[in-house]
Amino acid sequence: MNVAVEFRSVSKRFPTAGYDAVSDVSLKIYDGEIVTILGTSGCGKTTLLKMVNRIYEADFGEILFYDHKIKDISPVELRRKIGYVIQQVGLFPHMTIAENIATVPRILGWEKGKIENRVHELLELVELNPKEFAKRYPKQLSGGQQQRVGLARALAADPDVMLLDEPFGAIDAITRKNLQEELIKIHKKFKKTFIFVTHDIHEAFKLADKILIMDKGKVQQYATPLEIHLNPANDFVKSLVSSAEEQQQEWITGGGI
Amino acid sequence: MLAFLIKYPHKIYNPLIQHLKITAITLIISLLIAILISIVIMRYPLVSQIVVGLFGAVYAIPSLALFAMLIPFLGLGEQTAIFVLVIYNQFILVRNILAGFRSIDPAIIESAVGMGMSDSQLFFRISLPLASPVILAGIKIAIVSTIGIATIAATINAGGLGTLLFEGLRTRNNAKILWGALLASLLTITANAILSIFEKKAHKAISGERGKDNKL
Repeated sequence: MNVAVEFRSVSKRFPTAGYDAVSDVSLKIYDGEIVTILGTSGCGKTTLLKMVNRIYEADFGEILFYDHKIKDISPVELRRKIGYVIQQVGLFPHMTIAENIATVPRILGWEKGKIENRVHELLELVELNPKEFAKRYPKQLSGGQQQRVGLARALAADPDVMLLDEPFGAIDAITRKNLQEELIKIHKKFKKTFIFVTHDIHEAFKLADKILIMDKGKVQQYATPLEIHLNPANDFVKSLVSSAEEQQQEWITGGGI
Repeated sequence: MLAFLIKYPHKIYNPLIQHLKITAITLIISLLIAILISIVIMRYPLVSQIVVGLFGAVYAIPSLALFAMLIPFLGLGEQTAIFVLVIYNQFILVRNILAGFRSIDPAIIESAVGMGMSDSQLFFRISLPLASPVILAGIKIAIVSTIGIATIAATINAGGLGTLLFEGLRTRNNAKILWGALLASLLTITANAILSIFEKKAHKAISGERGKDNKL
């Protein structure tokens, strides 16, 4: 299998911090996988993600994008091959939904008809009726609808890899569940590589082919959900998994009787 | 008053045109300089603060005093007036240009950068449109203040509507005073009204209220 993204002893320290945000991370993410990066806030999961599209630069080590060192690719070129979705969505308020989705195809100079078809297709993919939504502005959409547009916009130019930074973190539970299911559906359809940061352990287990558990900038375990469940690598992973199970147990027994 | 207008139309017309000319030249030069300064200092918050602070201090000097101070260096006349007006405008314009860019939600910038926009695409497609209402508000204030302070520039022979006012005062010619005052106010009010419309339009455009089919 092709390696989509590879980290080779990658470290990153922010100037004002006295510790490494990401510390000596080495791992491979294969083409077509969904990898969720799970950890508490401040564990380095977002930093790790944002080094892939060079929003942050690694201090040490090497990151490879389909066998090419990302240092050798211009950030702008690299980013156009990578879809990027963030929790705050960041839709452009002065552009319609259609214009938002068309941003990267326009930059790439696609012809008008092709862009229109693509926008239509993507709106249907994220289950927003094109007739109803194409000409609206972001402000007129709910949070869940906005993130659907965010997803469509990131997919627009058919990127090889999608980076998703807690995309459903600010969305209510029911909508989040729907969006997670749609994400799985989209992934099945296109078999793109998804790298998905979350602090929600259930979300991480639900979506992942592989889960990357991080703490204090270091990889604690990188394995399939089943393997993590059966063989937690260390005490941190053990406590993380068991705390989630306990939580579930608590509300079942607490609420049921 | 009307008699004065009929008898000496050029005595009203010429200062008005001159006033408009001073205002227009001042505005163009002010904007060019303010944009340059803003681009240079934008990335450095501390420097921005100091520069805006300094311009604020200059802005606090009464215009008559500043005109007088500069006469030994620049002499009397239009250039000195324009020089002073441009300096005053820097405070208003630089402050608003910086505030305009800073008012943009960082998440919008991050997603634009993250999807692979180049610096110029980010600037022209995203940053500038989103900053434009606050920048336009600055331009509006700058024009209104320029029109006002330019009347005082008549004291250093720069011409404009101030000439009418001060001549009227000196010769106790009420018609002149009234025409001067009336036209200066009208000019200010008109400029303010027109720019307010642009400002509102820009504001609507960036908050996504342009579409006709607005309601959900």
